Amino acid sequence: MTAIDTELAIRARDLRKEYGSAEGLVRAVNGVNIDIARGEALAIMGPSGCGKSTLLHLLGGLDRASGGELWMRDLRLDQMNEKQLAQLRRSEIGFVFQAFHLMDELTARENVELPVLLAGRPQSEARRRATELLGEVGLSDRADHLPSALSGGQRQRVAIARALANEPIVVLADEPTGNLDSAATLDVLELFQRIHTAGQTLVIVTHDERIAATADRLITMRDGAFVDETVLRGGTVGPLGAYLGLEG
Amino acid sequence: MSRFVLILRLAARDFRRRRGEAAMLLVVIAAATTALTLGLVLRGVTTQPYEQTRQLTAGPDAVATAFPYHSGLPSNPTGLAKVSPIAQAPDVRASSGPFPVAFPVMTAHGHTDAVLAEGRSSSAALVDQPKLTQGSWVRPGGVVVERSFADALGIHVGDQVILNGRKFHVAGIAVTAALPTSGLGFLEASSRWPNPGLVWLSKAAARSMATRAQPLGYILDVKLAQPAEAESFANRYTASGNYRNNTGTPYVMPWQAISQQDGLLMRTDQKILLIGSWLLGLLAVGSLAILVGGRMAEQRRRVGLLKAVGATPSFVASVLLAEYLGIALAAAALGLFLGRLVAPLLTSPSTAMLGTAGAPQFTVETAAIVLLAAVIVAGLATVVPALRAARTSTVDALADSSSPPKRRSWLVTRSARLPVSMLLAVRVGARRPRRVLLNVLSIAVTVSGIAALLFARATIAASQFGSDTSGSANFNQFDVGFVSKTAREDQVLLIVSILLVALAAVNAVFITRATVQDSQHTSAIMRALGVEPGQLTAGLSVAQVLPAFAGALIGIPGGFALFTLANQGGGASQPPAWWLIAVVAATVIVIAGLTSIPASWGARRPVAEILQAEAS
Ligand SMILES: Nc1ncnc2c1ncn2[C@@H]1O[C@H](COP(=O)(O)OP(=O)(O)O)[C@@H](O)[C@H]1O
Ligand SMILES: [Mg+2]
Repeated sequence: MTAIDTELAIRARDLRKEYGSAEGLVRAVNGVNIDIARGEALAIMGPSGCGKSTLLHLLGGLDRASGGELWMRDLRLDQMNEKQLAQLRRSEIGFVFQAFHLMDELTARENVELPVLLAGRPQSEARRRATELLGEVGLSDRADHLPSALSGGQRQRVAIARALANEPIVVLADEPTGNLDSAATLDVLELFQRIHTAGQTLVIVTHDERIAATADRLITMRDGAFVDETVLRGGTVGPLGAYLGLEG
Repeated sequence: MSRFVLILRLAARDFRRRRGEAAMLLVVIAAATTALTLGLVLRGVTTQPYEQTRQLTAGPDAVATAFPYHSGLPSNPTGLAKVSPIAQAPDVRASSGPFPVAFPVMTAHGHTDAVLAEGRSSSAALVDQPKLTQGSWVRPGGVVVERSFADALGIHVGDQVILNGRKFHVAGIAVTAALPTSGLGFLEASSRWPNPGLVWLSKAAARSMATRAQPLGYILDVKLAQPAEAESFANRYTASGNYRNNTGTPYVMPWQAISQQDGLLMRTDQKILLIGSWLLGLLAVGSLAILVGGRMAEQRRRVGLLKAVGATPSFVASVLLAEYLGIALAAAALGLFLGRLVAPLLTSPSTAMLGTAGAPQFTVETAAIVLLAAVIVAGLATVVPALRAARTSTVDALADSSSPPKRRSWLVTRSARLPVSMLLAVRVGARRPRRVLLNVLSIAVTVSGIAALLFARATIAASQFGSDTSGSANFNQFDVGFVSKTAREDQVLLIVSILLVALAAVNAVFITRATVQDSQHTSAIMRALGVEPGQLTAGLSVAQVLPAFAGALIGIPGGFALFTLANQGGGASQPPAWWLIAVVAATVIVIAGLTSIPASWGARRPVAEILQAEAS
């Protein structure tokens, strides 16, 4: 049993996820080992169907692993029950989806307020937090618009604000620019960079080289496993750079 | 021809894909058609048998009675003196009697009951000669038992019965048109002898049973020159001048009153069934609306696909119609079968009249009406989606899975202050206000029905026990008496209640399923944001329970209104308050229980899978 390093945000050992059985068995995630440092920005790339989304769902407690061990800080995810996982998602994880997945009938502000309310915080606090975050993502003037009145890029920025609402340990983004045109992609890219600079741990699955280039580290997946790992210079330096240096 | 086959094949495919829904729809329509069948079958059961019996038994136009209200000489000469002269009245064309009547206690098959024992000679009477349906007429040591009474106690020819301690053989079973056998109305008011059964025996035997405490009574049957005038004849010869309010001797009953009393029982049943089938019909339409509404989203896409490959709107409508028609006709057949099966249960105790005995009129007409109703239901279920299919463009139908939910800003704002489960409940409800309304109405209809039945039950019970229970020593002594009469009404109430509750339960499950289905995406997002499965289940459940509670509250006064309406101005007795409270509480508990199943099913589906499916 490995001791938990408190500098780590996420640690996975021999993480596996299988679908189906016998002939139809799919090893969507096949023995992944990973350490993600606090404040690190990690990019994951790979061909469609190689298991990127599945891995992200496992890391975020949206799905359960078939085997292996998984920690978030000192919390052991693979031994948690549904309720504990839900509580974890509520307070420690922020998700950003390709399809945004905003609530259609809620305004931008209400969408950002939602996780704060779900965490049982008072409405006044939710409102304050939402206003602040919408300001940070540059959408103060769109706070009372419904998602249907926003562009794709704006929707994704609302979704990112929502993901940050409860100050999570890690933000997990699954192809966040997959549905966006290049102008909107740049906006979102910039936003991620800013979040990263502010010290937020990030895991981004992407097909976009430009986004991958902003990360501290790039992992390439194939058939459910890591096939390549590159430590990039473009990312943040400092304590975690040093940490990565030790590993590398 | 191949087009027709294609329609059938597509309908069958869709049917097989959703067997559960089809089965539920079948249950709903079958329940409604069962009630409809019962209502139709029992429609003509009342007056006609009385007429028939009147003819076959030389039924009287009026019956004059002198029943003793005080102790006195066992032979009650004053009573006899009051009733005898009526035979000589100018309008009287023929008469039989006066026959002596004793009031013994009868024991048979372990039952003890009050009876009216009418003394008869062995020869046939000119007026009111009861028609034997079994065995032979009275003889020394042999009694004849009135048929509905015999049925209630399970008495057959050859059985032994005990009258005031003396053994008799049952010589025969017979029917009469001279006394209302479904409850001797004029005697019911007398708490001394509530609703007795009727037997015939020899005059000597009747006389021998008279005592000072319980003297003889007398019955005189007369035929009038003008039978239609029997009511005014009765008024003329009753002590108070109004036979309806008569409390003295003689008491003269016109044949119309007997006929009406006999029909009363069936009419109450019919009333209950009529209200019941209306309520059931409403519920069935409600379930249909929920089901069809719930399927609309999916159907929209299916319709889009069909249209994309070149199907016309009318072809699409035909496929839908074929499917619903199949279900509706099967349900109607089931309803007819069940209705036919249950109808004799409701009529058999009223074997007092010839032609009633377990022979409710089940006609081709009844079958046709029920089948037609089912076809109309199928048509209605098809119209809305068919119209939509014709209207929406193929591209829209393919692209968009359902109409976007409504936004209710004030609800969103208010709910922000609520605990998580309540917040979810309010927001889920706010998305589909029409469905919430339907939910409220469905429960309100059911609870109205049940509350109306409770009011009916309380009112019937009150009328059975009468207003005057003072000086009665007999209530607890007898088994059949008033009990037999309420027993059947209870049966009808029970059948209708069961059907109502079954339909309401089906509706609750339908509504929750539909809610779970179209809040699936929302639920998945909520769970990604960290809502626990338990909270989500509770939220979805509460979203159903709140409207159910509202519906139940509406249903109580609704039931009272319904009963008052059906009772046409007759008074209503209030059931104990705790019954009504129990109905509301039970409704909430049952709905919570029923809805938590589909809700928790919905709350436990893998989130990642749902969101993935939505994204692709
Ligand atoms: N719910 C599921 N059931 C069965 N197989 C699945 C399911 N989800 C994903 N898969 C399979 O797992 C593999 C990895 O999928 P995914 O993680 O979505 O890939 P990526 O996001 O890299 O495109 C694919 O082969 C996919 O078909
Ligand atoms: Mg993916």
